[in-house]
Amino acid sequence: MKAATKPLLEVKHLKQYFSMKKESPFQKKQYVKAVDDISFGVEEGTTLSIVGESGCGKSTTGRAILRLDDPTEGEIHFQGRDLAKLSRRELKDVRGDIQVIFQDPFASLNPRRTIRQMLNESMKIQDVLPKSDREGRMLELMTLVGLPPDSLERLPHEFSGGQRQRIGIARALSVNPKMIICDEAVSALDVSIQAQVLNLLKKLQKQFNMTYVFISHDLSVVRHISDRIMVMYLGKIVEIADKHSLFNKPSHPYTKALLSAIPVPDLDVARKEIEITGDVPSPINPPSGCRFHTRCPFATDHCRNIEPELRELDDGHLVGCHYAEKLSI
Amino acid sequence: MEAQLKTQQEAISFDKLRKQQRIERIEAFINRMVRNKAALVGGLIVLFYIVIALFAPFLAPYDPFAIDLANKLQAPSLEHWMGTDDKGRDILSRILYGSRLSMGVGVVAVLFGAIFGVIMGMAAGYYGGWIDSVISRVLDIMLAFPGILLALAIISALGPSLFNVTVAVGVFSVPLFARIARGSTMEVRKLEYVDAIRSLGANDGTIIFLHILPNILSPLIVQGTLRLATAILSAAGLSFLGLGAQPPSPEWGAMLSNGRDFIFSAPYMAIFPGLTIALLVMGCNLFGDGLRDALDPRMKS
Repeated sequence: MKAATKPLLEVKHLKQYFSMKKESPFQKKQYVKAVDDISFGVEEGTTLSIVGESGCGKSTTGRAILRLDDPTEGEIHFQGRDLAKLSRRELKDVRGDIQVIFQDPFASLNPRRTIRQMLNESMKIQDVLPKSDREGRMLELMTLVGLPPDSLERLPHEFSGGQRQRIGIARALSVNPKMIICDEAVSALDVSIQAQVLNLLKKLQKQFNMTYVFISHDLSVVRHISDRIMVMYLGKIVEIADKHSLFNKPSHPYTKALLSAIPVPDLDVARKEIEITGDVPSPINPPSGCRFHTRCPFATDHCRNIEPELRELDDGHLVGCHYAEKLSI
Repeated sequence: MEAQLKTQQEAISFDKLRKQQRIERIEAFINRMVRNKAALVGGLIVLFYIVIALFAPFLAPYDPFAIDLANKLQAPSLEHWMGTDDKGRDILSRILYGSRLSMGVGVVAVLFGAIFGVIMGMAAGYYGGWIDSVISRVLDIMLAFPGILLALAIISALGPSLFNVTVAVGVFSVPLFARIARGSTMEVRKLEYVDAIRSLGANDGTIIFLHILPNILSPLIVQGTLRLATAILSAAGLSFLGLGAQPPSPEWGAMLSNGRDFIFSAPYMAIFPGLTIALLVMGCNLFGDGLRDALDPRMKS
């Protein structure tokens, strides 16, 4: 069933290393392995969430797909083209198909350009509409994201955080993308506004068969919007599964720990908590074997020496742990 | 049809709204300037000098070049408000005409420095890497020279003239603008709206000039007005040393230099050009400081 539909986006063996400044000329060149060999796919019209702690490489993955950073290695197939290999000129054609919504609604809009200038420019760069039709399209976009039409003449500082995020969404939509990467798109907003923006995103998905890659650290938000969820730890995928499968049957100890950290508003629910201690190790010299072994309560010598492969547990439920079966009771 | 009419009406009201907003913004800016008394005084001084420079031929009572040896070295009087120099030329008229030279040199030198400095600084800040390294080292070398010494070196290479003084003063303004532009560009470049426009496929020119430049303009404008004071002072200083404006031209620094020989017998020959320079420089500095306060976007509530 899953194999029949071809994914809209398919990432294969993506690596993103950033070189460090050398402190002395004799030092060996060091790299921050922000993303280290990950592969995944997103089907059209669905939402894949990427979750993980800060520094796990989730935003880096998003930026690599957008080619805001050039990936070190790997393939990013989107509609039959490998984005990682496109030249700047070829890239411009694809850019309209993949758009981005950023976390900080105060930094993601140019403070000196009115909303009209912003939308007009997007449409002009991507050449999506003839000049005469843009006016109507802009008003349409404002209605779509739920802002009054006179917002077009205003500058970003005249809006609240939630409204700005809607403007960001309108800008992304203005070029008719097929996929939107939401990089912590609701993290900076109040909970009530979060819900509004999430519902707007869901509505747009239904209306335009939009595909989302939703990057977040907030599992309750992710639960609301995702179809599939991918958990990352230190540049690697530790578990990837459908939402229900992941929430009902988390198989990686790290996923379990993350899920047990979600607050439950019910005192009577007894919970099995897995606590992990310590900080994320440095991505410059990641731990040998399984990267999680330094913080995993179940780690054995086997984990310390041999890196687990991502393997299929159930249909579409992949996990990167040697003992996944034994731990999931 | 009706819908079209409606959008047209909306478009008209948008236009009105936009104009109204622009007026509001300008008013807020003027308000902030007026509240700062020192800046207001500075601004008025600068404005006063600009008016003088524009209308010098109408304001000057005498021909600034007319030699009248019969009336040489006259003390200030009702006829000659600032007296006459050793060749009998009216000092007031010369100062009025001289404002064109001195301020012209200052403005052109600052523009020269700003244009080259901003281009270099933004290129360094935007591209980073080896481009940044090369540009930054060049700027470091330029900064290592004391400004006036660099200017002297340039003039000794190009020969003394007012134009060469302009170039020299402009050249030593380049690194100052470049450093500000570089730092601000690096800061703005990291912001997400630059990533957003990049992800739309805009080219580097569009991003640099349409999206980054307007957002780093405030510190550059402030630096420009402050730099104007230094440029005028340096240009006058170089002319004083005989490297800029040559004798008959009524440049203030040259007049000051000329008056030096008569400092005891006819002090007004040096005093008035000196005061003129000092007042303008003070005006520019006060205005620049006021602008800095008024343009700082963080002051906006």
